[in-house]
Amino acid sequence: MSTVDERTNIEDTEFGKKAAGPVGWLDDRLGLAGASKRSHLLRKVFPEHWSFMLGEIALWSFVVLLLTGTFLTFWFQPSMAETTYNGSYTPLNGLEMSHAYASTLDISFDVRGGLLIRQIHHWAAALFVAAMIVHMLRVMFTGAYRKPREINWLIGISLMVLGLVEGFAGYSLPDDLLSGTGLRFVDGLLRSIPIVGSYLEYFIFGGEFPGDVIIPRLYMVHILLIPALLLALIGAHMILLVYHKHTQWGGPGRTEKNVVGYPMLPVYAAKAGGFFFVVFGFTALMGAVLQINPIWAYGPYNPSEVTAGSQPDWYMGFVEGAVRIMPNWESTFFNYTWSWNVFFPAAVLPGLFLGVGAAWPFIEQWITGDKREHHLLERPRNAPFRTAFIVAAMTAYGVLWIGGGNDIIATKFHLSLNAITWFCRIGLFVLPVVTFMITKRICIGLQRADANRILHGYETGVIERSPDGGFTERHAPLPVGSQYSLTNHDRLPVLEAPPETDHNGVAAPHSRMAKLRAKAREIYYDGSVDKPTVEDVHHAEEHLRDHDGHPVELGDEFQGVSESGVPRVH
Amino acid sequence: MSDELDQLTDAEPIKDPGLPAHQHRPTDVDPAQELRAERQITGMFTVASLLLIGFCVAYIMIDKDQTFLGWSAMNFTLGATLGGALLLMGVGIIQWAKKLMGDDEMVELRHPAASTAEERAATLEDLNAGINESGFGRRPLIRRSLFLSMSFLALPTVIMLRDMGPLPYGHKNTVWKKGMRVVNDVAGTPIKPSDLQVGQLVNAEPAIMYEKDKDGEAVLHGTELLQEKSKAAVIVVRMKPEAITPSKGRENWGIDGILCYSKICTHVGCPISLWEQQTHHLLCPCHQSTFDLADNGKVVFGPAHRPLPQLPLALDSEGYLIAVSDFPEVVGPSYPELARDQKRLDDKS
Repeated sequence: MSTVDERTNIEDTEFGKKAAGPVGWLDDRLGLAGASKRSHLLRKVFPEHWSFMLGEIALWSFVVLLLTGTFLTFWFQPSMAETTYNGSYTPLNGLEMSHAYASTLDISFDVRGGLLIRQIHHWAAALFVAAMIVHMLRVMFTGAYRKPREINWLIGISLMVLGLVEGFAGYSLPDDLLSGTGLRFVDGLLRSIPIVGSYLEYFIFGGEFPGDVIIPRLYMVHILLIPALLLALIGAHMILLVYHKHTQWGGPGRTEKNVVGYPMLPVYAAKAGGFFFVVFGFTALMGAVLQINPIWAYGPYNPSEVTAGSQPDWYMGFVEGAVRIMPNWESTFFNYTWSWNVFFPAAVLPGLFLGVGAAWPFIEQWITGDKREHHLLERPRNAPFRTAFIVAAMTAYGVLWIGGGNDIIATKFHLSLNAITWFCRIGLFVLPVVTFMITKRICIGLQRADANRILHGYETGVIERSPDGGFTERHAPLPVGSQYSLTNHDRLPVLEAPPETDHNGVAAPHSRMAKLRAKAREIYYDGSVDKPTVEDVHHAEEHLRDHDGHPVELGDEFQGVSESGVPRVH
Repeated sequence: MSDELDQLTDAEPIKDPGLPAHQHRPTDVDPAQELRAERQITGMFTVASLLLIGFCVAYIMIDKDQTFLGWSAMNFTLGATLGGALLLMGVGIIQWAKKLMGDDEMVELRHPAASTAEERAATLEDLNAGINESGFGRRPLIRRSLFLSMSFLALPTVIMLRDMGPLPYGHKNTVWKKGMRVVNDVAGTPIKPSDLQVGQLVNAEPAIMYEKDKDGEAVLHGTELLQEKSKAAVIVVRMKPEAITPSKGRENWGIDGILCYSKICTHVGCPISLWEQQTHHLLCPCHQSTFDLADNGKVVFGPAHRPLPQLPLALDSEGYLIAVSDFPEVVGPSYPELARDQKRLDDKS
């Protein structure tokens, strides 16, 4: 802790005196001090909450990927040319394989630390996509994508799509049996694209599958094209984050007009910088003790072989599941074959997921008509429709994921594969509706509980017996800070039916659109509980104070026992 | 606008009590705690340095074949020292921030993301000046011809991609042809009906995959071999002849209940290999399409649409299994021109 009085000025220290020259030289040419002052960057305030760390995991695992990936390029040979393996892993000695596979074996067995870096790279990739998805869920659940952050939301969606493609490209590079099986699937997917499918297949694979150019091409995509796009978009994502200033949770003193937290220098520079080491260290430990993608166990790619239980990396599981549970629809018309059984689950469905995700902020804005800027996060319970919608989407994703592992589930739990597939086929449509309804009810219940805690106080754990023998639990008012936090959100709008006619009595223009919107708004806010009004609170305060003559006053210093996690100190 | 906001604030049931008073941490008020935290953090950084030295020692000393608790000793030691050092550094830095760095919260005011009206006006003025000086609005001929050439720029961009690969014509047949032996895909040995018991399934290939030319080189190798394998791989299976219900024209495609099917799934092309003797079903391990081999390879479950193509079998003079012809159906996953190619095959036969 340092106050202004004990401050040492850096220019008076020995280091400061030595550095003054070079720093002055730089500032003469770059004007750094002015830029820093204008953007207020060094002391930029960031609010604090554990969930704001999720995006940071994604950012740092990307840096880990860049570092470890660079190391791997020193040895990896992206060539499908034939070679005979003659290395340390004796079971494969003398086997014909591609240079890509052979050099991956060399990295795993002959380069010291190569296996470690390969495993860190793979774990960090799985973590990168996972952190992005969880970060996106955090942003969705709290409404952080609302104005003015819609563009940053779209950048985030692009980052996630690029991350998925990047991961898949990397997964395909070692040219082992599993990655070749993945490419065979991509080949089938390309072929299923209506009309141009065969052309795309031949252009991308440089001829018939597997050809001899797909790995060099994917290598370029994996180490140059997509990383460059990712870097640029991450840069834009960060710049917008700084420009908009981070969202924060509402609470005493934390409003739409300010941001409360710790300054970039020193606290966030240290916490975020330190967190990079934590993420790197964590993935390094995973690389040390958790085996991932043991390519030597699969053998080189051979289109006439496959292992049972072939699975893509986890983030492709939902597409895999969709492909597995899709009915076998294929039709022939206009003299063309249309493979809906592959095209729909592998191309249309992921597009639908991402399209709805990308459009959601704009759909919501259209429904609510809310054009204001929002910097305070919304608690999931206070937006029951949105929360239920996200949970429904997560449910659909989960059902597809189960579908993607239907063979593993069938063998591990001794269930019928066909039954699991049928469960997923039906569940994909039924379960999201069920979870939507349940989630919405839970949200509304929590809203009611909040209103109750404001109006009737919290449960103190003090049981009182009345003269006629009844037992009641004494309630005490919440600390005012907690009361404020609970009510610090938007009031529900008053819903009105749109006018059928304009003021001249003529049918109003756009009236059909307006009606649709009014209906959508009604559904969106259906069941939501508004926060108490001033009168409600006033009334409740009197009620709580004069509660039919409590014999013992609790007093201001009372620290009640609360089982509901309410702070005991008033 | 601000009136509206004030009104809204008035309507709030609970007034904002403002930021709570700052609470000091133990390290702020107790010098002993402060010293303890300082020692802890320094300790973490010191141990991290030692671990990093340990990393280098392990790199030099450990033999790459050594194992430790079933792990590669090298991988484990390098990962544990590196990961441990990084974690300690990270945790140490974060502890420093949490326990010793200033923890007074600061308040920064927000500003609307939009530019102010003056900024907009000034920028618009600059923009107008620039556009007017360029004559962009006044010279439609230049403007439109520029747009035209810009849109034509897309043409070379697209046409340059033409040589990414050949056009997808004429590669749909496989290397199977009349008289080619069906050979075991492990050893390349030809198969006699007596080698197969009822219920047995054998992975097989066309004999050309194992043929050598007169210099002793494989006829097919590398990419070409993989391309042909991805179409020509087959499975040979023996069932009880009475269990088989061949469709019209396929009655003589088998030998004593021995049938031969494409191994390549008609869904997305995985090699199919999971065989259920009792039901005569063949299951694809990738997406679980299930085919009934006793019933002409018909799809009984899963996402595949077309039945597995069947290869007509015969015996050569030495009694080995041979193909009567190439597959009469297109093998592998579907593609847009499949209907046309299939029609051409049908016309040929």
